[in-house]
Amino acid sequence: MGTPDGTHEHLVRVEDVSHRFPAPEGGKDVLALDAVNMEIKHGEMVSFIGPSGCGKSTLLNVIGGMISPTSGAALVNGQAVSGPLPKQIAYIFQESALLPWASVLDNIKVGLEFQGVLKEERESVASAALRAVGLEAFATSYPHQLSGGMKQRVALARALSLRTDILLMDEPFAALDEQTRMIFGEDLSRLLASERKTIILVTHSLAEAVLLSDRIFVFTSRPGRIKAVLTIDEPHPRTPAFMTSQRFSALRNELYDLLRDEVLAAIGKDRQGLS
Amino acid sequence: MSGAAAGMGEGVTGRLSRRGRWLSFLTKLGVFVMLMLLWHAVTVTEIVSPFFLPQPGAVMTVFWRILSSGRAWPDVSVTFFEFAVAGPLAVVTGIFGGYLISMTRYSTIVLEPVVSSLYAIPIIIFYPISIMALGIGPESKIAHGALFGFFPICLNTIQGFSGVDAIYLRMARSTGATKAQLLRRILIPAAAPTILNGVRLGLMLCFLAIIGGETIASLEGLGHRIVWYAEGMQMTNMFAYIVFVILIAAVMNICLSLLELRRRGA
Repeated sequence: MGTPDGTHEHLVRVEDVSHRFPAPEGGKDVLALDAVNMEIKHGEMVSFIGPSGCGKSTLLNVIGGMISPTSGAALVNGQAVSGPLPKQIAYIFQESALLPWASVLDNIKVGLEFQGVLKEERESVASAALRAVGLEAFATSYPHQLSGGMKQRVALARALSLRTDILLMDEPFAALDEQTRMIFGEDLSRLLASERKTIILVTHSLAEAVLLSDRIFVFTSRPGRIKAVLTIDEPHPRTPAFMTSQRFSALRNELYDLLRDEVLAAIGKDRQGLS
Repeated sequence: MSGAAAGMGEGVTGRLSRRGRWLSFLTKLGVFVMLMLLWHAVTVTEIVSPFFLPQPGAVMTVFWRILSSGRAWPDVSVTFFEFAVAGPLAVVTGIFGGYLISMTRYSTIVLEPVVSSLYAIPIIIFYPISIMALGIGPESKIAHGALFGFFPICLNTIQGFSGVDAIYLRMARSTGATKAQLLRRILIPAAAPTILNGVRLGLMLCFLAIIGGETIASLEGLGHRIVWYAEGMQMTNMFAYIVFVILIAAVMNICLSLLELRRRGA
């Protein structure tokens, strides 16, 4: 189903994706995802939230072509994903994944090199991306000289420099302290409002999900299914005023109610598993 | 969440301020001067018989004489030649072998312990065999030097390549890196500090094995000359040659350290 301009209405489709992990020591396989379906539109910002081990990161990696699912398929622009799509999808990982032996600018340039950008263009594209995250003064610094928040901004600059339509973020704030992550969240919201990218964010944080998302997919405990989809009808960029509003709290509480049972179930299951 | 410290080979230790570097240099110089003074003291007071341990001044005089007369040259050139062949041989085979073993997870798990156990054998016990097979000339020293040097280089290469953090590999894969780009931009720079450490240790062992081999059975070389003077009870001459060996080892160590510092992008 194409739109008049030849693109697909849904940039990302997930069709009946199930995934099993082989058990580590000969036990039963672990069913991580159970027949998940979803559609994500161009320019949409969605979050996956759910208890630990619910398969949200697995689904992200299926969409990114890093894992091929046991059954079902992910489609990007109507094409079934069979491997990484460096021209269409950029990643931000939990750790910044910056190369410690390369300067900040070289870390961005290396991604461009892998992506196949011509040598002459890399410098200017990388500098522009660094400017966009406000770290142009640190181009020649090395990762160990930066704070955790700055490192993650460099990782963001690297992802932005790749100029992909889709950005996948796998708990990008996990290693940051809470103040840093909220500021980073605001920056992200502002940047992304101007970039018009399609974003999928995997997170554990209710506040981050509400702050950044147009829609939030709430996952059940293992095996992961979609329990509910929460729509946040608030324009980007989202402001500190939104974060302190009653609506924000109400949405956050609603999300918590949806999640609580699943988290309890996940903890209970793990307890059984231990005995 | 095992957050922040994904950095490998970030070794900031040993990075000192300018003043710190001076102090460190002076301390090292101080230790050296103290040792020389101690040597001088025990020989002048004859706590140790000057027959076994000649005075440092006398040793330096002889050292200077053999250096300026060129008398040491035949032995130095033999030892140098052996090291110049055995050292690079150990480096090339060690790195290549280690790289091959580290290419798959399976071969790493299976073969790394094999190489480690071979390394644990005192290789010197095979020296009589290589004397028989290769003769008393430089060939047996080269073979042993290369064999001694191979193991630490090979093991560190395996460790360097297989220890690369998976997050870098995921980053490379998601951005579409080719095999060659992965090797050049991620694997080699990530493994380099560990490999260089192995090269340093390997070359030291290689030199040790060559000198050792010369002292056991040889007709030429620095090791041979030291034993020769010892057997002839010419202790001052013997110590002059020992100074030679120490100087070569020190120069080698400094060169390798500089190489490591450069890699670290200091």
